[in-house]
Amino acid sequence: MSTIRVRAQESGGVVTVRALMTHPMETGTSKDSAGNLIPAHYIEEVTADVGDTRVMTAMWSATISRNPFYQFQFEGQKGDTLKLAWSDNKGESDSVEVTIG
Amino acid sequence: MTSNKRRVFLKGTLAAGTVGVAVGAGLLTPSQLLAAARPADAFAARDFSAAMEAALGKTDLPEGDIDITAPEIAENGMVVPVTVETGMGDVDEMALFVVENGAPFTCKYVLGAGAAPMFATRIKMAGSSDVVAAVRSGGNWYSAAREVKVTIGGCGG
Repeated sequence: MSTIRVRAQESGGVVTVRALMTHPMETGTSKDSAGNLIPAHYIEEVTADVGDTRVMTAMWSATISRNPFYQFQFEGQKGDTLKLAWSDNKGESDSVEVTIG
Repeated sequence: MTSNKRRVFLKGTLAAGTVGVAVGAGLLTPSQLLAAARPADAFAARDFSAAMEAALGKTDLPEGDIDITAPEIAENGMVVPVTVETGMGDVDEMALFVVENGAPFTCKYVLGAGAAPMFATRIKMAGSSDVVAAVRSGGNWYSAAREVKVTIGGCGG
């Protein structure tokens, strides 16, 4: 199961991307129920590519909310494949490909 | 549609030309072309002016034509929706800060080919604060601020 849900829709030559990622986005300053600090665990980078072209890079701190939402736009066309990927501070990563509709 | 495609094509050609010249002159290494570097110092900074200095190289920015959409009063600081967009042209980077947060530098948006100068996300706010957006247009940074009142903070500990 992918940790990413993404929709990419073209209108008038502009593609609007709405992405939801499943991730704890722990700041490292919160405590668990036993009072122990929960280690920082957050997405550092999100990238979007169409073919070999990078359309955007987002760099995040743990200030982005848990289960992050991200929306952006670029000039593109229906039928192309958009690849969205994230990587976090623990070296984990995930990616997903969707067809622009 | 046709004019749009043409614009993308022209933009791509211009960008490729500029980058090619930079590589030829030894100004850029190939690795810099593949990935934009993460500004680790800026993310580690614990106060707003230090974060801004580390992220943008300066702290005194002129006011820009930048719209920040956020609630006037956020009931839950864990999830505050923020949209940043600008009418300025030739934008290549955008940045967002929460002035009163322990780690003020929130995120950076690097525009790629054909990207629009806008993004929307949801952020954590420890308490009421100015949210500051910075936009690099024509190589110069501009900023705008918007106050968000938070009734229940959202940065834990």
